[in-house]
Amino acid sequence: MKISKSIYLFFIPGLVLYSIFFVFPTLSALFYSFTDWDGISADFNFIGFENYQRAAAGDSIFMKSVGNNLEFMFFVAVFQTLVALVFAIFLVKNTKFNYFLRALFFFPTILSSVSVAFIWAFVYDPNLGILNQLLSLLGLEFLTQNWLGNGDIAIYSLAFTQVWFHAGQMLIIFVAGLHAIPNDLYEAAKIEGASRWQIFKKITWPLLAPSATIVIAYTTIQSFQAFDLVFALTGGGPNYSTEIIATYIYSIAFRGYDFGYASAISVIFMGIIALITYIQFKVLRSNRVSY
Amino acid sequence: MLFRRFAIFIYAILILVPLTMVVLTSMKTLEQTFDNPLGIPTDGLIVENFINIFQEQTMAGYFVNSSVVTLFSVSFTLIFAAMIAFGITRLNDWKGNVLFALFTIGMMIPPQVNMVPLYSLILNLGLTNSLLGLVLVNISSTIPVAVFILTGFMKTLPKELLEASTIDGAGNWRIFTKVVVPLSLPSLSATAIFLLVMHWNDLLYPLLFITDNAYKTLPLALLDFQGQYSTNYPMLFTGVLIASVPMVIMYIFLQRYFVAGMTSGTVKG
Repeated sequence: MKISKSIYLFFIPGLVLYSIFFVFPTLSALFYSFTDWDGISADFNFIGFENYQRAAAGDSIFMKSVGNNLEFMFFVAVFQTLVALVFAIFLVKNTKFNYFLRALFFFPTILSSVSVAFIWAFVYDPNLGILNQLLSLLGLEFLTQNWLGNGDIAIYSLAFTQVWFHAGQMLIIFVAGLHAIPNDLYEAAKIEGASRWQIFKKITWPLLAPSATIVIAYTTIQSFQAFDLVFALTGGGPNYSTEIIATYIYSIAFRGYDFGYASAISVIFMGIIALITYIQFKVLRSNRVSY
Repeated sequence: MLFRRFAIFIYAILILVPLTMVVLTSMKTLEQTFDNPLGIPTDGLIVENFINIFQEQTMAGYFVNSSVVTLFSVSFTLIFAAMIAFGITRLNDWKGNVLFALFTIGMMIPPQVNMVPLYSLILNLGLTNSLLGLVLVNISSTIPVAVFILTGFMKTLPKELLEASTIDGAGNWRIFTKVVVPLSLPSLSATAIFLLVMHWNDLLYPLLFITDNAYKTLPLALLDFQGQYSTNYPMLFTGVLIASVPMVIMYIFLQRYFVAGMTSGTVKG
């Protein structure tokens, strides 16, 4: 079938904007990463790989932010996937009450990160916060904490907030995945006298693999994008204990005016994301099954 | 069974309690909050914080800015992405695949990665402190996900339909507007809701490009309140309520579409 050449016109408006405001900046990050540009003055010098050497060799805050980001990502990916999966199984039947609960658990997703940050700043507040009050009420005073002020646990407090924020969205994806599994597989298994664990292990889990792939991949990307939440809740503190790569880039560029170095970190950041995405797809693709 | 009910109960409490706190606290004075953070508001305060925040802040202005930016960003992302998705579906060859890859690779790159060069670009174009600048960047940043969802859907439309229309002598534009768009309405509306939530709640771009109060959107204004009101939670939560109202109302009435839309960004088609 011959298609009129006019079809190429359909790409133009989107392509123009996408090239100027997305492709060009992404590529120029690479360019600026080899310079000592301060972001303001017109001239700058090419300094080769100096920015990269600086990041790899002596920048302990950068190393810390990469470590924090991986820890945050790992905690969120595991905890969020688990919560979403368990509650998807609990709420899989399409009853009125389950619809309501799914809608309730989904609700936080529609809020802005800033709103979620304020809500949890209040929950975690060492003096006013509901969390410490609740613990005191239950006679568990020894567990009360400065949840965001204690550098040893602040990153986990943030990760928990992230899970609260987005687990409902992942739950819906798992529910859709569960509904796609043919019912006769379950009936056959029951007739054969399979236990609930066996049914989960042999039917539900393997057939849910596509949904799990999506959930884990999406959760990972989201955990790298948690900039807004971290920025509004802790700003990377205390003492860099919640500094993630994105908040670090922001502070180098817009507080330190070291655009060249910030660009180099951005490029490394992109590399890390690409690597993790690649590993995930390799691992998750290998355990797909079909019946 | 008991464990199941208990777990669901705990999860529901975890969602409901913080949200209830927001509403209750917004009706309290600061002293009441300090005296009794968990209690029911006692005095007939109810709307005083709302009146105060509207007097102290240019709330109406922030609200208008957010609405304008969101409306234009969603509409144009949707139109441009639908055209691209149609083009890719229509080409249906290696050129289409290359274009699909070019656009959707943007989904893998978080906006925080290129915020530094993007900031310089916007500065050089004189688009800081401009709603137009925000809209242009918003469109470019969400075209990838919109193209991904819409192409997934359009590829499921029967090929014969497009071919029959071509034989009838309809041009590409006619086929797009008269055949493909009407048939793609479910996918378009899901994408629209996904974009709506993203653009309404976005903090990063306003944070980078806007410093003048006259152009601030709600999330950025909220963030500034933290600087001004510090731990004055009644005022902060009044702000949170105002910023959330449009999404909450729409969520209540269009719940099914929200759930479909907000997960369509993660699932093909």
